[in-house]
Amino acid sequence: MRAYTPKDNVQKKPYYTDRYWVAPQVAKSDVSEDAVFSADLEAIKAKFDVLDAYIQVKQMVVVINAEDNYGVIELLKNELDYNQLSEMSAIDWLASEGKFEIFYQMLSMSKRKRVRIKCKIDEKESIQSVEKLFRSADWSEREMYDMFGVVVNNHPYMKRILMPDDWEGFPLRKTYPLQGDEFAQWYEVDKIFGKEARDIIGPENRDSARVDRYDTERFARLGHEVPRGADISQGEPDTPLVYQETDGVFMIQKFDAEKSVVISDRDR
Amino acid sequence: MQQSNRLRPFFENITFDRADNELILNFGPQHPSAHGQLRLMLHLQQEQITKAHPDIGYLHRGMEKMAENMIYNEFMPTTDRMDYIASSSNNYGFALAVEELIGLDVPRRAKVIRMMLLETNRLMSHLFWLATTALDIGAMTVFLFAFREREYLMDLIEDYCGARLTHAAIRIGGVPLDLPDNFIADLRKFLDKLPENIKDYEDLLDSNRIWKMRMENVGVISKEMALSWGCSGIMLRASGVEWDIRKEEPYELYDEVDFNVPVSDKGDNYARYKLYMAEMRESAKILYQVIDMYAETSPELMAHAPQYISAPKIDIMTQNYSLMQHFVLVTQGMRPPVGEVYVATESPKGELGYYINSQGGAYPYRLKLRAPSFWHTGILTDLLPGHYIPDVVSIIGTTNIVFGEVDR
Repeated sequence: MRAYTPKDNVQKKPYYTDRYWVAPQVAKSDVSEDAVFSADLEAIKAKFDVLDAYIQVKQMVVVINAEDNYGVIELLKNELDYNQLSEMSAIDWLASEGKFEIFYQMLSMSKRKRVRIKCKIDEKESIQSVEKLFRSADWSEREMYDMFGVVVNNHPYMKRILMPDDWEGFPLRKTYPLQGDEFAQWYEVDKIFGKEARDIIGPENRDSARVDRYDTERFARLGHEVPRGADISQGEPDTPLVYQETDGVFMIQKFDAEKSVVISDRDR
Repeated sequence: MQQSNRLRPFFENITFDRADNELILNFGPQHPSAHGQLRLMLHLQQEQITKAHPDIGYLHRGMEKMAENMIYNEFMPTTDRMDYIASSSNNYGFALAVEELIGLDVPRRAKVIRMMLLETNRLMSHLFWLATTALDIGAMTVFLFAFREREYLMDLIEDYCGARLTHAAIRIGGVPLDLPDNFIADLRKFLDKLPENIKDYEDLLDSNRIWKMRMENVGVISKEMALSWGCSGIMLRASGVEWDIRKEEPYELYDEVDFNVPVSDKGDNYARYKLYMAEMRESAKILYQVIDMYAETSPELMAHAPQYISAPKIDIMTQNYSLMQHFVLVTQGMRPPVGEVYVATESPKGELGYYINSQGGAYPYRLKLRAPSFWHTGILTDLLPGHYIPDVVSIIGTTNIVFGEVDR
């Protein structure tokens, strides 16, 4: 029987798991410990629902409802002086709770503070674009769509950015294998030579560490050398190893053991 | 319309006319001045650009995906391949992010060596920038001069870690090696000569009519635009925002060294060029101070945290328990605590950030690389319209984008 592998997360897993391992947590502290953050949080709380808020590794994390994302970031930008959106992207929690988590990493240069705004959406849900507030969201949101398939509403140009336009599948989802799926292995063959060439060319080998034992064109095995291109699928011919030394060493042709002198005294 | 799934001659780079007299020009993806695989679709009225559409992804290797399938230490050499002009700064950003996640404190000598590597990398990157940008504009001599100096620094790095381009010279928890005997003397020799070298470049360029025509008042980025597009580093400081992460959110020993943050409010190519030159001088200043710090540090190089970091080699070879821990850390990898962290560092290109979401496993659950060049490429959408074709080359030059970092 084959071992069962869960299909909802095909990323690499540790081969050994300790049943009794309790993972430690990165410390979360209360927002009230920092005056600047607690003032910002009060301002957000006055207008929007805040589901959770804490400080972790010197930055405030605020969890909000997904439909408030534009409003909260507008508030942060216009009233709380968070003047840069350094980064935004998604995290795939589809396997455990069927949701994507979207995070916005904000920076305030006047306060020297960083805040992370987080919200969760369902798989088929879309989210409001913040491109009107920060132009940098233009490309980040496209990247998020490209990698996770999270559609962003009111975005001026919702197209793939890193992958080709006609790509299928969303590479950063946990269901997407590292080597690519079936579409990926035929993509270049179809694109360059056409679908009818599939039988001749075969799928693209996307495993960079793969070794084909029967391929004597591209792979060789030390100690089992066969002529290049030989067909060894039906068993390989026994190739006796021939060493140069049996017929005399290549470079030394006139070596005569009889006439050689062994120097025993180094200082002679 | 041609079918795109056949190997048929498809003259992509030939411009074609449209009814409204608009030309569409494909700039790249193979263009010597694009510094990598950048494709720009430019809409032109005569020679003036009306619309620019950067197309990226030609060097996409899926590093974030790879990170989710690697143990933390395994990912370190992969970070080299982001900004391969200054790879130690990528290593450092990742190491710092994981250290913040674990809550590690790095020994002082490791900090000093890291500072040396970071600033040497900054010099290498800026020299490379100067060389290639000057070459794009047509200044061959500067290219040769700057590469000569960069070569010296690469040899110096090679003395330290054995690699010239992809260093992987920083580990989570410290640095792997102490400085070789000749390192400080060689570095000092370089630094002593650097002001002269920078003066040479400036003598060639500062009052050069062609250089000034191509640089002055070209590619002006306003303060609002720079902030809105998430610009960082010199792209931001040339537009009048005084923001250097080394100064504002100091990491390592940047709060102990004395250096200035050069700022300009012009926002054009020339301002950026001047800032690169000024930053090289500041880097040299930092390096002099760090060299002096080195002598008074104790020789530990790696943090002591048996759960996460392997013990020193001597312990591994002599003590059974250290050997066992080393074995587990190499085969299974460290398991940082559950939590998330975003750490920004000032790489030579700008704000290099690592967002790590750890679920307590040996593989990061999500790792987002915030590479400055990504946004510095994006800004071309808004920056290029209104400029002329020759300006494209000088603007791409001063944005200092590296495609390993844009596409990741």
